[in-house]
Amino acid sequence: METNTFEPKIVGFLCRWCTYQGADLAGTSRMEYPPNLIPVRVMCSGRVDPSFVMQAYSEGADAVVIFGCHLGDCHYQEGNYKAMRRYHLLKKMIEELGIEPQRLQLEWVSASEGERYQKEVSRIFSEVRELGPLDLNNGKAQSNG
Amino acid sequence: MINITLNGKKLSVEEGMTILQVAQQERIDIPTLCYHPLLEPYAACRMCVVEVKGDSKSELKTSCNTKVQEGMVIETDSERTLNARRLNIELLMARAPAAKVIQEMAAQMGIEKTPFPIENPEAKCILCGMCVRVCEDVVGAHVLTFEERGFERKVTTAFNMPSEKCIECGACAYFCPTEAIRVEDFRGREVLHSELTLGPTTAIRIPFMQSTPNVPFIDKDNCIHFKTDKCKLCEMVCEPEAINHDVEDTFKEIEVGSAVLATGYELLDCSNMPQYGYGRLDNVITSLEFEHLCHASGPTGGKILLKDGREPKGVAILHCIGSRDENYMKYCSRVCCMYAMKMAHLVHEKVDAEVYEFYIDIRAFGKGYEEFYNRMQKEGTHFIRGKAAEVTNAALIPEEENKLIVRAEDTTVNMIRRIPVDLVILCPAIVARKDSEKIMKLFGLCSTPDGFFKEQHPKLGPVSTDADGIFLAGACQGPKDIPDTVAQGAGAAGAVMSLGDEVAIEPIFSAIDEEICVGCKICIGVCPYDAISYVEDKKISSIEETLCKGCGACVAACPSGAADQNCFTNSQIEAEVSGALF
Ligand SMILES: Cc1cc2nc3c(=O)[nH]c(=O)nc-3n(C[C@H](O)[C@H](O)[C@H](O)COP(=O)(O)OP(=O)(O)OC[C@H]3O[C@@H](n4cnc5c(N)ncnc54)[C@H](O)[C@@H]3O)c2cc1C
Ligand code: SF4
Ligand code: SF4
Ligand code: FES
Repeated sequence: METNTFEPKIVGFLCRWCTYQGADLAGTSRMEYPPNLIPVRVMCSGRVDPSFVMQAYSEGADAVVIFGCHLGDCHYQEGNYKAMRRYHLLKKMIEELGIEPQRLQLEWVSASEGERYQKEVSRIFSEVRELGPLDLNNGKAQSNG
Repeated sequence: MINITLNGKKLSVEEGMTILQVAQQERIDIPTLCYHPLLEPYAACRMCVVEVKGDSKSELKTSCNTKVQEGMVIETDSERTLNARRLNIELLMARAPAAKVIQEMAAQMGIEKTPFPIENPEAKCILCGMCVRVCEDVVGAHVLTFEERGFERKVTTAFNMPSEKCIECGACAYFCPTEAIRVEDFRGREVLHSELTLGPTTAIRIPFMQSTPNVPFIDKDNCIHFKTDKCKLCEMVCEPEAINHDVEDTFKEIEVGSAVLATGYELLDCSNMPQYGYGRLDNVITSLEFEHLCHASGPTGGKILLKDGREPKGVAILHCIGSRDENYMKYCSRVCCMYAMKMAHLVHEKVDAEVYEFYIDIRAFGKGYEEFYNRMQKEGTHFIRGKAAEVTNAALIPEEENKLIVRAEDTTVNMIRRIPVDLVILCPAIVARKDSEKIMKLFGLCSTPDGFFKEQHPKLGPVSTDADGIFLAGACQGPKDIPDTVAQGAGAAGAVMSLGDEVAIEPIFSAIDEEICVGCKICIGVCPYDAISYVEDKKISSIEETLCKGCGACVAACPSGAADQNCFTNSQIEAEVSGALF
């Protein structure tokens, strides 16, 4: 059996209060996970402008993940709810554009959940590796366009 | 005021006092059986008789219920009085031959036997009515009454049946002078200390010696008043009239600028670990219960006793119960090794017992701690390196009969050991309080993986938190001993003081470019802090920097690109995304 060696590029938007610290904890705890997800620190998951997500796809990301605090735990009370609403709209939109919905994900990881961060990143990595590279100019994306 | 003569002494006393009260005030001894200062006098036992001399005749009067009158001349130990009391005690001896107080009183009067016929040699009740009165007038449970008359008269319950109305307060037994009534536990219940289940307690009490404020509180669940609407004896005896049963809890809102959380910890519930027998085997207690037992204000006055009142000959202290354990808490609770050794020292000091410490390894990290460990070894404490696996009462050899046996692998000699002891003290893991989630939500905090409150930074921000103006002190942030708690508390107080009148805010706030803003007001709707207002004359939205917390929600929502966030500008984030994908 041929092994999949595809190395996806994944952009992760990490809330500074929860997931960013969770990722830090995973790091200081020397947990191992694929290095394919590159974190972009934001003050809150609610700060993630949909245009950042679209920009990431257009510049070659195979997937985008928004990480926020668990519902009810947002440092700014409700920023993660805003992120969640945008996420559902964005998901519809990328489907229209022919991008598989799994290429956009939303995850809640708290500052104490280093292990969860490790697990989620590993899971997302395998899923995207399975999907293969995102090709906006060929395949589905083009046939829709 | 009223003028009287008492045993030849002229006195001027308050009107309304009884002769007995005056005599007691004058420290003149009058025997009583059915009198209690908190009950209405009943004059049933007639032991308190005194001679009251008038102009022409003199009479015997029961002093407990006879009020003083102008010109009274009273003799409390005249021949006539003493004879009356002797006759009286002889009658009581015949009625209640088994009552100890009666025998003692009689002996004091030089009487050994009663000339009257004894009907029931077991009888103790003298029909003084203390129990009936206390149940009726004080407790208000209306359970006890008198039945029949004359010789057949007796104290009983309605229809002579166990009464539903009895609230099991035991007041009747407490007041009964002859021990004719005892509280018998026919349901096999135990009298437990409400706090740590180690001994009996009262419904009004000071919770513990160091409590602040150091005043008693009323335990509504056990107070008689809240069951029958009566009693209030405490109110009667409290001279400053400080007791009020009618106050309700009130909630006060206090506005503050910052807060220090010092909500502490809990101990892991050992009853979920059946192998140690806590809650199942007698004399298996937690370290906190031992502290309570050892304390001078504890249930035994500080004596180290077993449940049956004996002193233990062997004591085992089990370290790391639920700490450093994959199945419970992975972390070390830090304080147990040291307090366990302190407990060994206390046991040595107070009783003649062998002490065994079962440990994984001794963590004596603080100032003077290692020295204390060495001292304990010299003092004769047996240190067994091996975590206790089980506590059982199943004896295998005669020496283990009626003992608690601690089974552990002694890793210094590589063998399983069984050590029979009388008392087992468990040192449970220090864990985050059950309500800590609620507190975290309330103050906008997060926890570390162990469940304790998360500090802002383990090295650079050990007392502050992610929430502005909220600081941490003590074991709520993680297990720690008193010196560390005090140090962190002082640090937190210092941090609060140094806030001063000016509050520094992060430079990360958002701003709206006047030139670009079209005044759509979308940002105003998304701001959770009401930091954005609409400027009517300019027809644009504007952010008040000091109110803005810098979440960036408005920036993400602004359709015209007028809003942007300091330090996290759109172009910065876009550049980061590009960089990530480069
Ligand atoms: C058996 C035992 C023996 C020990 N012996 C020693 C020793 O000899 N030396 C030593 O240095 N350390 C010892 N320790 C450790 C010591 O108990 C802790 O270091 C210390 O109690 C921590 O203090 P704290 O104020 O952080 O927490 P705590 O002592 O737990 O105090 C927290 C307080 O906050 C209150 N609280 C909680 N939630 C709220 C709320 N929401 N609102 C208002 N109030 C709230 C609690 O009722 C409590 O009074 C021992 C611990 C144990 C278990
Ligand atoms: S009213 Fe006072 S004396 Fe009576 S039970 Fe309650 S606390 Fe005790
Ligand atoms: S950044 Fe957040 S807090 Fe500041 S004005 Fe915008 S929505 Fe309000
Ligand atoms: S005390 Fe006065 S009659 Fe009993």
